[in-house]
Formats: sequence, structure tokens, C-alpha cells
Amino acid sequence: MDLFEYQGKQYFARYGIAVSPGGVADTVDEAIAVAERVGYPVVVKAQVKVGGRGKAGGVKLAQNLDEVRLHAGNILGLDIKGHVVHRVWVEHASDIDKEYYASFTLDRPNKTHLGMLSAQGGVEIEIVAEENPDAIAMISIDPVRGLDLETARRWVAEAQLDDAAREQAAELLVKLYDCYTQGDCDLAEINPLILTPEGTVHALDAKVTLDENASYRHPEWEEFRATEFEDPREKMAKERGLNYIGLDGTVGIIANGAGLAMSTLDVVNQVGGTAANFLDIGGGANADVMAAALEVINADPKVKSIFVNIFGGITRVDEVAKGVLEALKRVTITSPIVLRLDGTNAVEGRAILAEHLNDHLITEPTMIDAARRAVALAK
Amino acid sequence: MSIFVDENTKVIVQGLTGGQGRFHGVRNRDYGTKVVAGVTPGKGGTDVDGIPVYDTVKEAVAATGATASFVSVPPKFASDAIIEAAEGGVTFIVCITEGIPAHDEAVTYNRLVEDFPGVRLLGPNCPGIISPGKCNIGITSGDIALPGGPVGIVSRSGTLTYQALHELSQQGIGQTTCVGIGGDPVPGTNFIDCLAAFQDDPETKAVMMIGEIGGSEEERAAEWIKLHMTKPVVAYIAGVTAPPGRKMGHAGAIISGSKGTAQAKMDALADAGVYVCANPTEAGLRMVDIVKAL
Repeated sequence: MDLFEYQGKQYFARYGIAVSPGGVADTVDEAIAVAERVGYPVVVKAQVKVGGRGKAGGVKLAQNLDEVRLHAGNILGLDIKGHVVHRVWVEHASDIDKEYYASFTLDRPNKTHLGMLSAQGGVEIEIVAEENPDAIAMISIDPVRGLDLETARRWVAEAQLDDAAREQAAELLVKLYDCYTQGDCDLAEINPLILTPEGTVHALDAKVTLDENASYRHPEWEEFRATEFEDPREKMAKERGLNYIGLDGTVGIIANGAGLAMSTLDVVNQVGGTAANFLDIGGGANADVMAAALEVINADPKVKSIFVNIFGGITRVDEVAKGVLEALKRVTITSPIVLRLDGTNAVEGRAILAEHLNDHLITEPTMIDAARRAVALAK
Repeated sequence: MSIFVDENTKVIVQGLTGGQGRFHGVRNRDYGTKVVAGVTPGKGGTDVDGIPVYDTVKEAVAATGATASFVSVPPKFASDAIIEAAEGGVTFIVCITEGIPAHDEAVTYNRLVEDFPGVRLLGPNCPGIISPGKCNIGITSGDIALPGGPVGIVSRSGTLTYQALHELSQQGIGQTTCVGIGGDPVPGTNFIDCLAAFQDDPETKAVMMIGEIGGSEEERAAEWIKLHMTKPVVAYIAGVTAPPGRKMGHAGAIISGSKGTAQAKMDALADAGVYVCANPTEAGLRMVDIVKAL
């Protein structure tokens, strides 16, 4: 789960990482109220989960109430790469002496944690990595041992952070590592991490991705869930416990298993169609899950046909077949359904559907045949 | 021959008394696997369908001489169960548990490497391993596999593993061993481990490899194949049409920036001389041609 900047800053604050004083606002009046509270000048920042906000006009400096009114009014409702701004973060503007970069993420090939630190922050780290890779000091951290202050001190020296920033930065990095590990982040990134003329170091931005698998031990993530989905289809699917990602095509996809679901998208594409979604009903799905999946897909007006691709393992195909019939009883499915059923209890499953087959409920013997049929029906 | 397991492998099931553990443990036993014991703390002395249950792995290993464990416990307890298996003397651990936090996996993996270098972990979040006709540890339905070889399968995805087995079995092509390494970010066993084992296995004549978006394991495998693999490899990579920045079901299946795309993986594999196919069916058919030409 990706967090908005303001949520990331709130999350950082839990671990003692210094951030600028500020607050969120959904309206111009709220933005003004926050600005009056934290003191001018302020920065008004669009809260969207996409990069390139600044270039799109989503980050503005305001010296007074009128400027806050102007900028907040312009930014709220702004469309940034398809993401409409519904909320801004207003914070006291910091004087900046130096901008650094710091992050922790998993180093998958080495199966350790990767810390990246650079004295050249404030720009995209991918660009620094390409143009001046020596400007990034990387360390590999053994997940069993963790990161201690001594190592962090050597690290900030290696990264050639300014002397005035080093001790504070080292302490902050240990806190950021704690946030990353104890806070179960896939990514914890600060860009820029700044040194002010007064000699203090703090986070001016926050990019945090949380590991959903750890949600059972983080009740505090509940508040992030309310804002998790911008796509109403994804929200509906999540409420039904489905693993769904909305896309732009016309063939609705239901498959069991993430790999098969991805493969189904690919095959639909290969035979000339476009998928409306990724939907993995998971292992052991029963009739209720299948019915819920069909309901979610049915609610997508772009969908013109539905491809149900099941290879039963833990999932029993007869249960899937019952679910399809159950869904047809509960709701009027507007698009034709094409099924490919194989694996555990496939014979029983096909038998259950046999007498119900018509031009809106079709079975095909293989994945490719079913994809072709579904794509043809979507045209 | 087979890799990692064979007809003599004695297996314990951690979590045998749970719903999943019972279903698959008994199913593995009925397939012919030597499932010799279950482990559930507090349930020692009972049995599941005739399989004796012990309180600890240590006791189960002492009583049965088991060398492998099938871990089927909820995510909260899986890391401890894996370490307990290693401490208890098991050398091959299959963990099917889905939903273990990535940080736990990273710690567990490194603890195994540092403290139990002789132990191999398969998974987590994997379908397990099947050597058709000999041993089946995990959740794969045994009837879709065909004994006798000559193809080895290694896959990052569960259902696509079944699809791969199905495609080959339908064509009358058997498998030596099929290994599901799982779709999580920190897999205990990776493609290269399996490719190397297949390369060394005289009965495996060709390998089918199923990858997906995310990470760089397929690219690393491609480098290894280029240098060391003499047997033909057919590959399929899922997720060509997956959008960047979204986890496609598996925690590890995510395109980050321009890294981890299916195209980059396919290019790397093709460059290493691998037969890269557009979908599982095409991969199955290509393998039929290869096996016929052996």
C-alpha cells in the first residue's frame, strides 16, 4: 500500500523522524486555516500517489493568505497524470541549505536491506544513479543484525554529507531504518532530506510503501485504508476480499492464482483484446467468492465480455461452476461469460454448467480458445 | 532421478492438525510420499488419519528420522516454524504459507544462511515440489503430473506450475521433478538453485522455466544458463501486459520503475539461448518438439 506524502510524514513522526509542521486540507478554507496555524511562508502540496507533482503545478510556495487561497484553489481538483487532487498538505516552508537523499528498501538479489544515501538530493535518484553513480553511498544491511549508529556515522561520512549535518543525519537514518523494519515498509524514502541554514536536518518529503502482509500487526494502518483506493472498482473488490486491479480494456478477467491471472491478461492481449482488470480469486475459492468476483466485474461499464480462467488446484472447479450459477441468480450479468475450466473436479464442474450453457454462458476447451472467444465477443 | 527429494524422503508436516495441513498432508501421503509425522504444539500423542503427531520437530525427527518438513501454518507463526524445523534437524523445508511479511522472510532467510548452512528452504508462498510417482510435498494435485521424465520444471507461480504440468502431461511428456519456488520477494530457493540441480541430474534432459514480472531472478538465471547450462530450456514469463507500480497478486510481482519487466526478462533469456514462448501452451508445444528431438 502506497501512502500519500502526508501519511508518510505522519508515519515518520511515529518513529521520531523530524518533519516540517503542517496539516492536511480538503478545501481552500481548510488550507488557509492550516497556513495561519503553522505560519508563513507555507508550501501547498498536492497529495497524489504519482511522481512529477512539481512540474505539473502541484507544489506552490505561498507568502500570505491570498496566495494560499490562489494556490490551494488551483491545486485542488487539478489532474496530475490521471490522478485528481482531492487533498493538499500545507506546511511551513523551510529554508534550505542542502538537499540530500535517503532510502531503505529490500535488496532482492542479495536478500538483505539496501540503504541509499546521497549528498545530491532533491532530484530523482534514478537520474543521479545514471549520471553520477558515485554520488550515491549504498550499504547492505543484514536483516538479522540491523543498522547501528556507528555504521550510520561511517555511512554519512562516506556519502560526504556536510559536517554540520552528519551526526543528526546518522541518528535520523537509524530512526528511518527502524521505521522501515518495525514499521514493515517495502520502501521508506526521503527526498529531499534537508539541512537548514540553522543547522537542523529534517525530512521535507516522504515516500512510504507498506507491506500489506504485515497489516495484521499494524492496527494503526486502518486510517490509511480509508484513502487507499482512488478507483471505485478496486474499492468494491477490496470490500469483497478480492485481489483486483482495474485496467482500461473491455474483457473482464477472473482467474485463480496471480500467475495465471497475469498470463490470462497476456493471452487476451496476444489475440487482439484488452483486459479490463486483473482479478485473482486465490486458492480455495468457493461459490461466494466466484459470485462476488462476477458482481465486481459486472459493475464495470467498460466490460463487454468476461473470461473466467480456472485451473483447479486447491480451488475446486465444481465450486467455481456453482458460483457462476449462483451469481447469475443474484445479479443480471450483462456481458457474456466464457469459461475455461481445468484441474481439480473439472469434469464435475463442466457437468454442472452443461445444461445452463447458452450464448451468454460459453465454455471453451483451452485457455487460448477461450481468450479468442472472449475477445471476439468484446468487439 | 529427481532433485531435492525422492521416494525415500521422510516428511513431517508442521501444522498437520490444521485444515490445510490435514488436507494436503494426507493427500501427499496418499500419493505415496513418506509422510511420517505431524507437528503441532500441544497435540503430541494424537494422530491425523493414522499419522502420529508430536509437540516439536525435534521429537518428530528423533522418532522417525525425517529429513524434510512441510510447513503449513499461518503467516504469524511460519517464520518460527521454519527456524524450528532447521533447529530440529530437518534439512529440506517446504513452506506453502502465503502472506508472510517481507521483513520476516528476510530475517528468516539470513538466519538460515548464517546458522544452518546445510538447510534448504523452498518457498514461502509456493506450491511445493513434486517428483511424479515418488514424492509430493505441498499443494500440487498429483494426478496432473506424469512420472518418468525427462523434463524438469521450475516455476515462480503456483497455478502456472499446474498449467505447465498439465501442458506436458497432456502431450505425454513426463517430469523428473517440478519445483514451485514461489512468488514472494525473498524465496529460499531460486531459479539458479533448481537449474543447477537439473543440470546435474542425469535423467532430466530439458527444463521448463516459468517466471513472472518483478525482481531480477530471471535475468540472473539467464546469465547462469549462458555460462553453465547445456540442457535445453524453454521459458515463459507472465505479466507482459502488467502495469508498472502495481503488485500483481504476488508480493514479489511488481514492476519498479523500468526494472522487472517481462520484456527485459524475455530478452535476457533469449540472449542466453533459451526458447522463450509467448504463453504456457506454446511453451508446452515447444517442449514436445524438443523432447521428440532428443
